[in-house]
Amino acid sequence: MNIPSNIVTLIAGIVLTLISLWYGQNHGLLPIAASNEATQVDELFNLMMTIATGLFLLIEGVLVYILIKFRRREGDTTDGPSIEGNVPLEIVWTAIPAVIVFILSIYSFEVYNAMGGLDPMAAHDMGPKKLAHSHQSELIAFNSENQQLALGLGASPESNQGANPLIINVNGIQYAWVFTYPDTGIVSGELHIPVDRPVQLNISAGDVLHAFWLPEFRIKQDAIPGREVQLTFTPTRIGQYPVICAELCGAYHGGMKTQLYVQTAAEYEQWVQQNTIADGETNQSIAFNSQSTEPDLLAPYAEKIGLEANSLALLHHSHH
Amino acid sequence: MSTSAADTATSQINGHGVEHQPRKWQDYFTFNTDHKVIGIQYLVTAFFFYFVGGALAEVMRTELATPDPDFIQPEFYNQTMTMHGSIMLFLWIIPAGAAFANYLIPLMIGAEDMAFPRLNAVAFWMQPVGGVLLLSSFFVGAPQAGWTSYPPLSLVASKWGEELWIMTILILGTSSILGAINFLTTILTMRIPDMDIHSMPLFCWSMLATSALVLLGTPVLAAALILLSFDLIAGTAFFNPTGGGDPIVYQHMFWFYSHPAVYIMVLPFFGAISEILPVHARKPIFGYRAIAYSSLAIAFLGLIVWAHHMFTSGTPGWLRMFFMATTMIIAVPTGIKVFSWCATLWGGKLNLNSALLFGMGFISSFLIGGLSGVMIASVPFDIHVHDTYFIVAHFHYVLFGGAVLGLFGAVYHWFPKMTGRMVNETWGRIHFILTFIGLNMTFLPMHQLGLQGMNRRVALYDPQFQFLNQVCTVGSYILAVSTIPFVINVVWSLYKGEKAGRNPWRALTLEWQTSSPPIIENFEEEPVLWAGPYDYGIDTESIDGDESVEDMLAEVGAEAP
Amino acid sequence: MQGSTIEESKLNLNYHKEAEAHHGHPDHRMFGIFVFLLSDSMTFLGFFAALLIYRSIMPAWPPEGTPELELFIPILNTIILVSSSFVMHRGQTAIKNNDVAGLRLWFGITAVMGAAFLMGQGYEYFHAEFGLTTNLFTSCFFALTGFHGLHVTVGLLLILSVLWRSRDANHYSSSNHFGVEAAEIYWHFVDVIWVILFVLVYLL
Ligand code: HEA
Ligand code: HEA
Ligand code: CUA
Ligand SMILES: [Cu+2]
Repeated sequence: MNIPSNIVTLIAGIVLTLISLWYGQNHGLLPIAASNEATQVDELFNLMMTIATGLFLLIEGVLVYILIKFRRREGDTTDGPSIEGNVPLEIVWTAIPAVIVFILSIYSFEVYNAMGGLDPMAAHDMGPKKLAHSHQSELIAFNSENQQLALGLGASPESNQGANPLIINVNGIQYAWVFTYPDTGIVSGELHIPVDRPVQLNISAGDVLHAFWLPEFRIKQDAIPGREVQLTFTPTRIGQYPVICAELCGAYHGGMKTQLYVQTAAEYEQWVQQNTIADGETNQSIAFNSQSTEPDLLAPYAEKIGLEANSLALLHHSHH
Repeated sequence: MSTSAADTATSQINGHGVEHQPRKWQDYFTFNTDHKVIGIQYLVTAFFFYFVGGALAEVMRTELATPDPDFIQPEFYNQTMTMHGSIMLFLWIIPAGAAFANYLIPLMIGAEDMAFPRLNAVAFWMQPVGGVLLLSSFFVGAPQAGWTSYPPLSLVASKWGEELWIMTILILGTSSILGAINFLTTILTMRIPDMDIHSMPLFCWSMLATSALVLLGTPVLAAALILLSFDLIAGTAFFNPTGGGDPIVYQHMFWFYSHPAVYIMVLPFFGAISEILPVHARKPIFGYRAIAYSSLAIAFLGLIVWAHHMFTSGTPGWLRMFFMATTMIIAVPTGIKVFSWCATLWGGKLNLNSALLFGMGFISSFLIGGLSGVMIASVPFDIHVHDTYFIVAHFHYVLFGGAVLGLFGAVYHWFPKMTGRMVNETWGRIHFILTFIGLNMTFLPMHQLGLQGMNRRVALYDPQFQFLNQVCTVGSYILAVSTIPFVINVVWSLYKGEKAGRNPWRALTLEWQTSSPPIIENFEEEPVLWAGPYDYGIDTESIDGDESVEDMLAEVGAEAP
Repeated sequence: MQGSTIEESKLNLNYHKEAEAHHGHPDHRMFGIFVFLLSDSMTFLGFFAALLIYRSIMPAWPPEGTPELELFIPILNTIILVSSSFVMHRGQTAIKNNDVAGLRLWFGITAVMGAAFLMGQGYEYFHAEFGLTTNLFTSCFFALTGFHGLHVTVGLLLILSVLWRSRDANHYSSSNHFGVEAAEIYWHFVDVIWVILFVLVYLL
């Protein structure tokens, strides 16, 4: 196996590196990043994309070269050279991937930690509790010693996210998201949050598994019936973003979508005002009228899906 | 039937003086214990289910051509999706691996049959039973919780379809275990005396690793499914939070099998590729031991990475980190294989026939799936793309681009051995080109779809994704068309193909030392191990390499009629 | 792959010992049995793992309100099953000395003991103060002991089939008694599983 060690190889190597570096930054495959954490994930992805492009070009390049260069000539029935291995070469191609994945692991760990994934206190899993369908008293008491298990994403250790987060309870049901603001008692089918303030979502599910996904924030967490999981993030960009259910939850799983509005503090206050005026009974209706902001998507199926009042009442009940 | 045992005895006693009656076509429809018959039975059955699974895929792709569920109802879409995944994995790719293992292992190690021929036939006949059971679920409302069948959804949607699904997987799982017992025993104990474990063909190594995974993984899936079945039928609550259970436990048990299962699906074809490349490149395999042991390394690592499917589920943070690290390490042994294959080809004298084209196509598309696999092993990134089309792209590249292309390569490579006829190379090349284009057109755009925000398992999606989805759909139609030249080629060659002779590729592994198709007890006399499995070009320095190989082959085949 | 070294050495033994008996075919059945049991033990491992996970995540285990498990019969059952393994081994020793009557005697006693175990379990089931669906613990209890009971039943059938075949005094001999060994190994396996199960379900 003679590795052609000439100018051509060198140039090819440089070109390959340049293309990889360029493509890693300019692939344009990701949607807008709307939080600091999202930007970090994107940087990680860009690095992986750079490495992947490099490896891709290298190996596909070799294959194409082989395809052209080493074809059997017409009439030649002899064998090729009997090379059975090359220990230094094999060590190299074992070591390089090992180093790459080592770096990737460390880097991913850093990013994950920065996202708050390892925050053990904020994001504790208290084990499953029995779902109460009729009586709240059926809930099994939490095992308070069992808090070392972290689930979801907690506060980022680098920022002061832990400080004064806006807490929202999120409940997934077939096929809608229900957001409850414990501070103000608002129940809504859409998520409104102020920009630059940490948000802490307490996610659970009322029937089957769902997954709460914000593509522009690069975060996702399964909503698990019987468990409460936490997701903390800080939006940095004003706008309207989709909220998507990413775990198969039944026939209309694809329609289980709503909107997230990141607003200025003032706009957010206004929204809170508007919705708390109509206190008490009416706020449920407000919440689910807002479903109609997504008319073309769910409206035709609303009947089949059956978002009925009693299922909502039930939700209200089990979620405190 | 059990005549096989009697035959064995006779041929042992009489040596090479026996008459060999040829196989009758009826044999293929009976409870036959000849491993070659069983191998063909597996292969043909698997192909049947491939067409069923493929047809279901086309239904899905047609539905996905538009954002609205207008072609089929969302509920039916989910049933189609579930059946597509289950059929493709459990009735196509896993049995197809078992098909080659059955056909090749005894031939490659110079044995007359498997260690337990009757068990082998039992294992095969569980396949059609399972298949029919699964298909029959369409009549009671097919399962619709995905091939992963996560509770609680699987407990509330299509109860009886779900139960049939469970029964099917239990049957097919048992079949797999019985097969694996056979493969392991045969490989470890029935090699001809001269063949030590390091002169065994690499396909056998990969089947060692595969069988180990089957034996250790499948029973755990069975346990999970038994408990799921209790929940479904008897009203227990192992996985049902309403009764105090925990759905996450199911996920752990499911993936403890199903991650290793992805290597069960691909390792046999890693092995096949290691056989195909050296023969058609006329070069020894590069780094025999590295490839052999990397299979074992992959199998071992494969057992401790399962929770990478659960990064956004109920998995604690530190566990996510552990599973991320172990998952990424799999890139190292797999990389060893990929690089060794490239080095095997490098400097060879490539005979670019269909088998080698598929072999090289396999490396190039598996690579893409492997690279995206390492990306999604990274927790922060996987949190974004989990359960999106990025994942769908990943696993079709490894499963279709990897396992299925490898499988087609293997079919072209061993077709002469199995049937005694050559395939038509022109049709084979057309098949390859169409498949390769269709494959990339169908699955490449899915990466972008997933990154941009399209979740998987949906019948209705955001209109902004329509264009890319239509590209995928067109690609999938090309894939459907690509099977036509293949089917024509196989059928035509079966009857009209050029006669193959015992060793058309001038290959060195033992299966080529007997007639094509091999006689009932495989070898006229105990085969001689006169060269390593990949000793191509060994004598090029001294005398003309080709001469020597031909000479040796002639010598070995001298007494043959 | 763990344990394959042991199996390999086992195999080599059989290879030479029984090579004559089968028209020059080495006997792989013992090897196959070991591989099968390895696989089967993974099923139990799955069940045990599930049980242990439930234990560790549930606030109380067994959940509050679960009736106390009656220990008398299970302990008796454990004693019966464990000692039956020793009894059974005497059967194998007997056949190694070509003593078919001894084989029949000891295997007969083992069969009775196995049946007693199953009856004990049946009694336990019928007199339990809880049902399959009472709570997660009781579900686990029935699933695990039931699946094990199924294994005991299979083992019992194996023993009975050995007894049945040994009616012909020439069926088993000191050099040819694979069936005896297979039944015995299976029985020991079931026995070991029971001990683990007993500790996990009843004692912990
Ligand atoms: C044949 C089947 C197969 C194979 C071989 C693989 C191989 C790999 N898979 Fe894949 N995977 C699936 C089938 C397969 N997968 C399926 C079916 C699913 C989805 C199941 C479902 O949810 O329905 C899935 C899902 C899946 C997930 C979960 C994603 C999610 O749901 O969020 C992850 C995460 O870690 C993953 C990772 C990997 C990795 C790291 C490999 C590695 O083994 C890949 C290793 C190969 C290479 C890396 C390429 C060659 C190496 C080199 C050239 C060396 C240099 C490279 C580097 C240093 C990067 N896979
Ligand atoms: C080996 C495994 C394998 C293979 C080969 C394939 C092959 C294909 N898959 Fe599959 N796929 C899976 C395994 C596989 N898939 C799995 C495990 C899932 C996940 C399921 C889940 O989420 O639970 C999945 C999911 C999946 C999805 C996502 C569904 C969703 O999430 O909503 C899609 C969408 O496009 C898709 C498409 C295709 C296509 C177009 C092919 C094509 O390559 C198919 C090409 C083959 C043919 C086209 C056959 C040709 C023949 C005919 C068409 C003629 C028909 C004739 C007769 C009936 C006689 N697959
Ligand atoms: Cu909720 Cu999908
Ligand atoms: Cu996996």
